[in-house]
Amino acid sequence: MPEANARLVFLGRLEDVAGCAELAVQPGPLDQVLARIDRALAVELLGERIRLALNGRLLSDAASIELAAGDELAFLPPVSGGCRG
Amino acid sequence: MDEVRLLADGFDPGFELIRFAATHPRAGGIASFLGQVREGDGVEALELRHYPPMTLPGMQALARSVRQRWALDGLMLVHRYGLLTPGQPIVLVAAAARHRRDAFAAADYAMDHLKSESWFWKRERTADGWRWIEPREQDFRDKARW
Repeated sequence: MPEANARLVFLGRLEDVAGCAELAVQPGPLDQVLARIDRALAVELLGERIRLALNGRLLSDAASIELAAGDELAFLPPVSGGCRG
Repeated sequence: MDEVRLLADGFDPGFELIRFAATHPRAGGIASFLGQVREGDGVEALELRHYPPMTLPGMQALARSVRQRWALDGLMLVHRYGLLTPGQPIVLVAAAARHRRDAFAAADYAMDHLKSESWFWKRERTADGWRWIEPREQDFRDKARW
């Protein structure tokens, strides 16, 4: 059966903020999708250092995106380096 | 040929290097870098998270860009994810070339970009619990050298 929902995926510390690694959401324009989730989480997800990737591809302009059924939108905080050396 | 690997389990850097060297008998020099979980500061464990759709593809793209800059016989990028303890290897980079300067520079470049650009998120556990590690300015300065 084709998937009816889209998914938001939270990486790094955003997983702790969200309390889960991913969230199924109703498809639609991103601003409407975020308006339906927890407000504190939405504010974190819109932070200026958070980058977005749609289906594995980094977005240069996330403002106007629209999520379709089956889409996976990842929220990527700054990476913390490959090792401590 | 490039070897780019993302591993869930531990690896033996000595074995990997010997195997890599044997694969490239025509290379006169092999430069390598091994990163391991640092002991101290009360760190009991380190967890590396990745994002499967992007982490390995990003490492493969980095390998291609290293290849375009230096004449290499071979390049190896090995990176762990998951739960690690102090002393365990996290990352191994090796470059095989006819001449050592290309090998040194390629390994150095690959490490700077792995640290500043690769899609890994780290958190460490101390007696106080887990804490996410934020990026350091030094990582961006290292990348700006190139």
